[in-house]
Amino acid sequence: MQATINNNPFSKTVAQFNIAYTQMINHLGEAVAHLDPDIANEKLLTDLYKSMVFIRLFDKKAVALQRTGKMGTYPSSLGQEAVGVGIGYAMNPNDVFAPYYRDHAALYLRGVSLADMLLYWGGDERGSLINGAPQFDLPNCVPIANQITHAAGIACAIKIRHEKNAVLTTCGDGATSRGDFYEAINLAGIWQLPMVVVVNNNQWAISVSRGIQTAAETIAQKAIAAGMPGEQVDGNDALAVYSVIKKALKKARAGKGPTLIEAITYRLGDHTTADDATRYRPPEALNKGWELEPIKRLQTFLHNNNFWGPEQERAWITQCEQNITQGVEAYLNTPDAPPEDIFDYLYAELPFAMEEQRQHLIAKARSLNANKKEEESL
Amino acid sequence: MTSLPPLKKTLVEAVNLALAHEMRRDESVVVLGEDVATNGGVFRATEGLKDEFGIRRVMDTPLAEALIAGVAVGMASQGLKPVAEIQFMGFIFAAMEHIICHAARMRNRTRGRLSCPMVLRAPYGGGIHAPEHHSESTEALFAHIPGLRVVVPSSPARTYGLLLSAIRDPDPVIFLEPKRIYRLNKQEVIDNGEALPLDVCFTLREGKDITLVTWGAMVHEALQAADQLAQQGISVEVIDVATLKPLDMETILHSVEKTGRCVIVHEAARSNGVGAEIAAQLAEKALLWLQAPVKRIAGYDIPMPYFKYEQYYMIHVDEIIQGIEETLAYG
Repeated sequence: MQATINNNPFSKTVAQFNIAYTQMINHLGEAVAHLDPDIANEKLLTDLYKSMVFIRLFDKKAVALQRTGKMGTYPSSLGQEAVGVGIGYAMNPNDVFAPYYRDHAALYLRGVSLADMLLYWGGDERGSLINGAPQFDLPNCVPIANQITHAAGIACAIKIRHEKNAVLTTCGDGATSRGDFYEAINLAGIWQLPMVVVVNNNQWAISVSRGIQTAAETIAQKAIAAGMPGEQVDGNDALAVYSVIKKALKKARAGKGPTLIEAITYRLGDHTTADDATRYRPPEALNKGWELEPIKRLQTFLHNNNFWGPEQERAWITQCEQNITQGVEAYLNTPDAPPEDIFDYLYAELPFAMEEQRQHLIAKARSLNANKKEEESL
Repeated sequence: MTSLPPLKKTLVEAVNLALAHEMRRDESVVVLGEDVATNGGVFRATEGLKDEFGIRRVMDTPLAEALIAGVAVGMASQGLKPVAEIQFMGFIFAAMEHIICHAARMRNRTRGRLSCPMVLRAPYGGGIHAPEHHSESTEALFAHIPGLRVVVPSSPARTYGLLLSAIRDPDPVIFLEPKRIYRLNKQEVIDNGEALPLDVCFTLREGKDITLVTWGAMVHEALQAADQLAQQGISVEVIDVATLKPLDMETILHSVEKTGRCVIVHEAARSNGVGAEIAAQLAEKALLWLQAPVKRIAGYDIPMPYFKYEQYYMIHVDEIIQGIEETLAYG
């Protein structure tokens, strides 16, 4: 960096930075860094792999449910599996997760049932009950980047109560253009909040590519101005993602401040089932994306280290399919909630002023359902 | 509770009293906002709180309203009870996304797993000769949003009682403080922790000839108008709506059943204001009792003028008297 700008003798260098990039297993399945045996053990590596395989199969099923009219619009996580499993295994149950909406793998590992995930995308609020997951995890956040400011608030709560956990929030590359992102990391920097922000830079915000989203060379460096470290990781390398997040969470829990992690991935699917990426995504870019995808490389690595073989693969896929079938069955067989549910959770206690509307809804629903039954019987 | 001597307090001092009381009573209550800690708030509503409760519970945030609201949502989702200050209502709009998409919906969208027991306080309204963007009355924007409570106090004692309720309420409350009357007068306020009910109107003065409905700073002009009309033998029932959402129409309807006439006064712009909702509900439910059309005396549908012309926008006692006389003369 220049010591002076335009020969201004009063200018000074206030910051110089490098952006670290972590990769441990490359796209060919080769270890490219020293693998700490305490971390990169057979158990963890196979767990990461198995979870990625599981969530990809689930994702495929979820898209199929949408295509066959059994579920609403759904954002595929195809190609994003390593980020999700890295988060899922790095977080402790008492950490708090503030997800965006493409975090199926992480949600699953937090304990959210498949049925709940499908209920959510199937248009049923009970999907955000997330039974089995930590009670204080936030539900999916659809408005872009809002969850990052909520995470900052959660981190404040942790700090105010002198707790020893941390919050982890996720967002896409597009979200880093929003004020919420900057406002939240600014606060995290000033107050040294126990917070980890994981940006899933999958190169696309619907049709807007990373190149026209920001002039910053990296998203990670946006952290620098906020007074917190930012780093990049190969977001297709589950082990690397896990490792950097684990480290950042440990630091956050110890009261040593926030971290921004830019995980570089590629969105192999459409933005959602309502999108058609062939309108804007060059096929060669997609092919390149597939060369770097996260599952094959870890499979190769596991094979080469004799941690995994075709027999285990077959058995695991069978197991996954059974679990997914069960989850889908549970989703499809979930009895409808009573219609008045749409009133009953708005306030702790329904205000008197709304009782008339609630009664109206009950009568309306009864009539609609009676008409429906009549039509069905014809 | 031991009985405490009543204190003479202004409305803004009552805000402070309620905040301090609730922070002492409940350690999950925290205060955040711009200039609220060391400076005690630009109107001094949070004065002394930092000294008593420390910077962990009284936080000067960066200058970012979306952040303030978003952070409050995050805190509230974890069981804290944040009371966030937006310095002026004119700056609240950056926070709207968090208020509408998250605070108002958290309980509903998680089917009760999480909730959002936060209070967003903001001074509002005109008449203090403030610069641009410091005099708006946009309470209707919030009153339109399902899941919120919108509360507007109009006296020191009601400010104390309603703010306590707002903080204790398990759902988000937008608490709009009429800054024109922040220091208008002092009233006895007993710091005994007794809350006033939300979701109800307060009948401040009983009358039989006409119902005058208003809230916030306009309550004072309404009471003055009622006083003056009383001298002419006209009996005006004055209702302070206090909670704009959810709206206690029962109290207003009972009054109109008795008087047969209603005038609604609000400083906010006329069209699509809270007055329109009250008038619509009167048309739906009180038509046969009404002896005259419901009249709205409201702000013009223009941006709040700069203070040089503020007086032309603001509603004066004479206008209210005239409106009441017209309504009484009808039919």
